[in-house]
Amino acid sequence: MKRHVAARHVTGIIAILVSAILFLVPFGFIVVQTFKTGPEAARLDFGLPTQFVFFDNVAKVFETRDFMLVTAFINSTILTVLSVSIMVVLSAMIGWVLARRPSRWNGLISFLILAGLIVPPAIVPTAWVMQRLGIFNTIGGLALVEVAYGMAFCILLFRAFVSTIPRELDEAATIDGAGPIRLFFRIGFPLLRGVIVTAIVVQSVAVFNDFANPLYFLPGERNATVQLTLYNFQSQFQTTWNLLFTNILLITIPPLLMYIFFNRQIVAGLTSGAVKG
Amino acid sequence: MATLAPPLQKNELAKTSNLKRPRRYAHRMYPHWFLLPGAAIYTVLFIAPTFASFYFAFTRWTLFDVQFIGFDNFVTFFTDPQLSKGFTNTLIYGVLTSGLKVVLGLLLGVLLTSNILARGYLRAVVFFPVLVSTVGVGITFQALMDPFDGAINRTLAIFGIEGPGWLTDPTLVLYSIIAVDVWKGVGLAALIYMAGLVAIPRDYYEAARVDGAGAWDNFRHITLPLVRPATTTVVILSLIGGLRSFELIWAMTGGGPGFSSDVVASVIYKQYAAGFYGLSTAGNVVLFVLVSAIILPLFLWLNRKQTDL
Amino acid sequence: MSSHSRRALMLAAAGVATVTLGLSGCAAGGGGSETEGAVTLTWFQGSGVETNIQTADALAAAFHKKNPDITVKVDASGPSDSAQLDNLMKTRLATGEMPDMFWYNSGSLLQALNPDQTMLNLKDEDFIDNLDDAWINSVSTENGIYGVPVQSAGGGGIFYNIPLYEELGLEVPKTWDEFLANAQKIKDAGHVAVEQTYGDTWTSQILTLADFYNVYASDEDWASQYTENKVNFADDPVAVKSFTKLQDLVEGGFLNVDFASAKLDDGLKAVATGTAANYPMLGFAQATIATNYPDNVDDVGFFGIPGESADKSGMTVWEPPALYAPANTPHPDAVKKFMAFIASPEGCDTITEALGVTGAYPVKGCTLPDGAPKIVADMLPYFDSGDLAPALEFLSPVKGPNLMQITVEVGSGIRDGKSGAELYDEDAAKQAQQLGLPGW
Repeated sequence: MKRHVAARHVTGIIAILVSAILFLVPFGFIVVQTFKTGPEAARLDFGLPTQFVFFDNVAKVFETRDFMLVTAFINSTILTVLSVSIMVVLSAMIGWVLARRPSRWNGLISFLILAGLIVPPAIVPTAWVMQRLGIFNTIGGLALVEVAYGMAFCILLFRAFVSTIPRELDEAATIDGAGPIRLFFRIGFPLLRGVIVTAIVVQSVAVFNDFANPLYFLPGERNATVQLTLYNFQSQFQTTWNLLFTNILLITIPPLLMYIFFNRQIVAGLTSGAVKG
Repeated sequence: MATLAPPLQKNELAKTSNLKRPRRYAHRMYPHWFLLPGAAIYTVLFIAPTFASFYFAFTRWTLFDVQFIGFDNFVTFFTDPQLSKGFTNTLIYGVLTSGLKVVLGLLLGVLLTSNILARGYLRAVVFFPVLVSTVGVGITFQALMDPFDGAINRTLAIFGIEGPGWLTDPTLVLYSIIAVDVWKGVGLAALIYMAGLVAIPRDYYEAARVDGAGAWDNFRHITLPLVRPATTTVVILSLIGGLRSFELIWAMTGGGPGFSSDVVASVIYKQYAAGFYGLSTAGNVVLFVLVSAIILPLFLWLNRKQTDL
Repeated sequence: MSSHSRRALMLAAAGVATVTLGLSGCAAGGGGSETEGAVTLTWFQGSGVETNIQTADALAAAFHKKNPDITVKVDASGPSDSAQLDNLMKTRLATGEMPDMFWYNSGSLLQALNPDQTMLNLKDEDFIDNLDDAWINSVSTENGIYGVPVQSAGGGGIFYNIPLYEELGLEVPKTWDEFLANAQKIKDAGHVAVEQTYGDTWTSQILTLADFYNVYASDEDWASQYTENKVNFADDPVAVKSFTKLQDLVEGGFLNVDFASAKLDDGLKAVATGTAANYPMLGFAQATIATNYPDNVDDVGFFGIPGESADKSGMTVWEPPALYAPANTPHPDAVKKFMAFIASPEGCDTITEALGVTGAYPVKGCTLPDGAPKIVADMLPYFDSGDLAPALEFLSPVKGPNLMQITVEVGSGIRDGKSGAELYDEDAAKQAQQLGLPGW
């Protein structure tokens, strides 16, 4: 037992050191730049700032182009919440049925799902369809596009993990008189919690950080998303490094908070999943 | 018709229950209408426009005028002098990023579900890069990898090593971007593995312990086979991602210096930007066929393996 | 086949039908009609270039002051990466979702936007008479005239550091050989002879593009023959030099060590402060030097890319970018009123006030204030003597999209000049075929 504890400490310490160099140093680099003035940050080194101007930088980043960052935070948040909730529920339903009830159409369905990951979407024809449906240039329309683009990933993930849930649980619930909807939301959803949280985290980051689709399908400065604000400080000819890195830091905070929040859910999901079987 | 994805749940338990239950049970409890809302959105906003756009691969398309020109675009696409390099780069990029993500992701997954010191901290830092936007990562590493002023080479200089031009040396640039891609994506692979690992019933390990199995035996005979759904997911997602991704490449080098880090997807992107819409659609069709030719057999094989469990 | 799957199939078919309908009738965007009273126009600028945003803001403000019932709102959001911006512009035009006005290049790049179908034709407007012919050529098709100039025309060539030239006793070179001889002396004296900044890829092509004057001087019809595919770069003894000159620089060891990663701002700093003696650049960058290195504005001079013989030296000129309007703007009259303001001496003065003097305006009656910065003052003799050639993109629609990648390869020594020229010819051929030009 003693040897185990020693080994655990050695691996742990090595892991902490390696992770610090590989993952914390680049992050630290971003953070250090946000403390500096423009010319000092432009040297792009780890040197400590002679003047600590972090709060000035934050204020400047927020003020730029009539508080575009605030607008962007609101837009990206609405878009993310809307599209990811629709995406996850619909994909989980699809993954659930596909895994539980195989049919001869599964081959075609798998192909279409994989195609969603393989083919880059065609922007112009999609815009035409949206104009026909009258959902172009609406936040709902854009959310549906994000749903369509993110769904393949989610279905693939869910379908793979539904198979790890024993069917006995379904049957027990059915005997208790549950219908298909209750079965799915009461049995399937909770047991898939770990994967669902994974999907939520991954897709939220993707949608929150998306800027190409909003640009195409919901154009206009008032519809700016967070990624777009980066270009306020990185023009074709000149980069304002201190503000650029401050902006990068600021727009990473919401996903970070979300991850910290969901991380506990993942852990919780993990332990509850471990008991079953 | 051959099934691409055999049902995944053919473990013994499922088999017996399948036999016991009539088909009507499946009809009732897993109704097909569950598929409909998602399928409608997916079909209307993705499948239909995307596949309809393939028609434009056979046209000279200015976005305004369409002129049918048969296979000319494909001929032009394949005679592009940069294309063979683009294909090689695409394969190297896809295989290396995906391979490294699988191996390192599994390793990290095992480590982070074990009883390791500072587990919460480690989980957080490994996943952190996934949260940063690709553009942000690109900008940061462009700065860190600068051959003269970059932090990496300055650090190496302290030890008397003259660092290479990570992003300016044509022979090195692709591998530098691959390293950053893995750095950014390995957290996700680890997370998927973690979800798979904790679903493995503890009893199996208990039983193995009674039989006197060591850590390696456990890994080889319990963990590895039972974590297969996670492996399948990571392989498929990261390989597809690697074969068609170019956002990071675009953010870091724009395919340069010259054409050294161009992949098929970035060649297509440049064609679209130049206004060659028909040509770039033809390129997308080619890329689709290429990626499908690699992914579909692999998908089939990985799922078949699964049913052997 | 179960009824469920049949339904799914029908759904898919319906989706395809929707698309087909979408293809046949591209819906017009925008909407709304010209109403009396206050109008707000949106100018899509994109976030690419700070000085361009300043120009747009200044024009919008000055116009609003004169016409209080028309407000021009500048939308400066969007990607600054030029390929991404190009994609966005084209997609918005194709889907009919472009705001009332937008800023874009003049010359060959305009043709790819299909102006006849997508843009508001200004051919019959009175203010077109204020514009000079070279400008009108660069924003027209056979059927229409589409844009007004939003900056001044400027030369492309070599920015040089005057104190360093004086210190080493160098003259402004009249031929390429003299230029190389100078470079050798600068190098021997321990300075960077020529700055290059391939970290901003587009800067790599400036030497090649600005060398076009020398091709033009050898044959004034070169551009039209090029359009007809009768001449090309690789096989023309003069034109091929536009590529081999880059090779000369890298082979001579004249470049800054960090040429592969340096950016535009590094280059401007180097030539302004005397770290480097020469930097191939376009005149518009003068505004950036004036902003970032105000103490060094008069230390930087300009000359055109030297050619073969001393008595045939001249300068390649770039027309400024233009403001265009999409055909479906709901406010065509207000847009035209604004454009008339830009194409007038008042418009020029507004731009000069915002940016300083960067070159000559293609608008009749526009004057430049005295005391132009040195770079612009060095361009004026070329304008006066007429030793000018428009850049090739204003004479021919043929322009290969990969020139900047090819010039990086040649300029870094990855590829030699001759094979760079051959590769570019192939690249341009592909573009000409895509445009459907006769003879390719």
